[in-house]
Amino acid sequence: MKTLVWVEHDNAVVKDATLAVVTAAAKLGEVHLLVAGSGCRAVADAAAQIAGVGKVHLADNAAYEHGLAENVAPLVAELMGHHDAFVVPATTTGKNIAPRVAALLDVMQISDILSVEGEKTFTRPIYAGNAIATVESSDAKLVITVRGTAFAKAEATGGSGTVEDVSGAGDAGLSAFVGAELAKSERPELTSAKIIVSGGRALKDSETFESIILPLADKLGAGVGASRAAVDAGYVPNDYQVGQTGKIVAPEVYIAVGISGAIQHLAGMKDSKTIIAINKDEDAPIFQVADIGLVADLFTAVPELTGKL
Amino acid sequence: MKIIVPVKRVIDYNVKPRVKADGTGVDLANVKMSMNPFDEIAVEEAIRIKEAGKAEEIIAVSVGPAKAAETLRTALAMGADRAILIETDAEVEPLAVAKILKAIVGEENPGLVILGKQAIDDDSNQTGQMLAALLGRPQGTFANKIEIDGEQVVVTREVDGGLETVKLTLPAIVTTDLRLNEPRYASLPNIMKAKKKQLDTKSPADYGVDITPRLKTLKVSEPPVRSAGIKIADVDALVAKLKEMGVA
Repeated sequence: MKTLVWVEHDNAVVKDATLAVVTAAAKLGEVHLLVAGSGCRAVADAAAQIAGVGKVHLADNAAYEHGLAENVAPLVAELMGHHDAFVVPATTTGKNIAPRVAALLDVMQISDILSVEGEKTFTRPIYAGNAIATVESSDAKLVITVRGTAFAKAEATGGSGTVEDVSGAGDAGLSAFVGAELAKSERPELTSAKIIVSGGRALKDSETFESIILPLADKLGAGVGASRAAVDAGYVPNDYQVGQTGKIVAPEVYIAVGISGAIQHLAGMKDSKTIIAINKDEDAPIFQVADIGLVADLFTAVPELTGKL
Repeated sequence: MKIIVPVKRVIDYNVKPRVKADGTGVDLANVKMSMNPFDEIAVEEAIRIKEAGKAEEIIAVSVGPAKAAETLRTALAMGADRAILIETDAEVEPLAVAKILKAIVGEENPGLVILGKQAIDDDSNQTGQMLAALLGRPQGTFANKIEIDGEQVVVTREVDGGLETVKLTLPAIVTTDLRLNEPRYASLPNIMKAKKKQLDTKSPADYGVDITPRLKTLKVSEPPVRSAGIKIADVDALVAKLKEMGVA
């Protein structure tokens, strides 16, 4: 089988999310990549270094700069004429593009796979991860999004792929990029952080969230996450949200502070290696999944913890 | 302008799903069912656009069993004007739902179709994007804000790195994220009124759509269970644990 992997990038560097997808694709067959962007030749050159990669298709066109699905999907659909599976990270970029490609190919997409069980058989979470479905596709071609935390990352170097230019139709004339407000942070990205400190509704407001959670995260060199309740209440921006419909994370250590542990939140973090919960309610559901639980008032316990580290 | 809002009847947000012992699926017998939360947000957004004078009619659509009519009545009680139920007891995959919706769009010519970004049962996150592809129309997925601007719609999207704004030429497809709005509750008078609103029942065959599944579910199993660990006494014990793990 010949796979086509979507390379997630910002026109400058290959994003980490790509590497787990390469591992998943390698279980299916030959791994070819697609770098679609603008002024992104350096990305293609770097992607060609990923271990196990064959051909790197480079589509360099201003219309692909922001990964608009209307422009990119026809390009992918055309390349799928000579590939068997389109394999994409389950990031917001991947989730935006892949179904559009699937529909163009008349294929039913398989979302958020956790494992490759056979050439056309995969496992995937349903009901916020409260059940795992094993599904087999009957389509001639596959379109798959991959849960990054479920696969090891391929080595970023050691490969010897070849870069080949491809051209697509470019601008479909349906949509335009207006702007982005991207969080600028010195902290590790949530999906690749080794340690995450997450705060919940108990943090009261954004000032309190900042004064309690951030010093601990800084001390540990940790990424910062939040429950949906904390995001909805406006303590932190949407990109902090961990859960069924937010980010799926699996760090070495996940510290849940003032998070009760709704199933939708657990869906986003229960594959973390060690879960530590700090909550004053000893009956909070978070303690049912936590490896280490501390029943305490977070407003005294967390500053004390930060001070003693 | 018309707005079409597809809604799905799913397990209630607060119910913990249980896998059937025979591994064929999740047990939905006697389980509380509700409108998919993202679809409620879609209905609310459509109503707000209509209230702002930028749409004339809202049509709620559901593909599902006879009981999905209740979900449509909820949408009507919130403020949708009429509803179409495409009745089937089969499980219909996103691709087939998108094909049915495409046919309805062909009949109704809406300016916008607003869908939930994903249903909380199968967690697919596909239908809106697929519909946009089948129609050859633009898509604004994971919307945090929607502004109609003449012949265009400006959609601010929740993306992994923060927010991104795109401008789409109408007609367009938009899928909702959590922060788009807070859906209203239907008032009792509106629930009563909704009973009299028009609800047409059709079948997938009426639209000439083959709903045969492309994916075969071989089995459904419980996820690996995470058992509760230990409770520690105080912060000092936690510091010791963190040092043991080598993270502090």
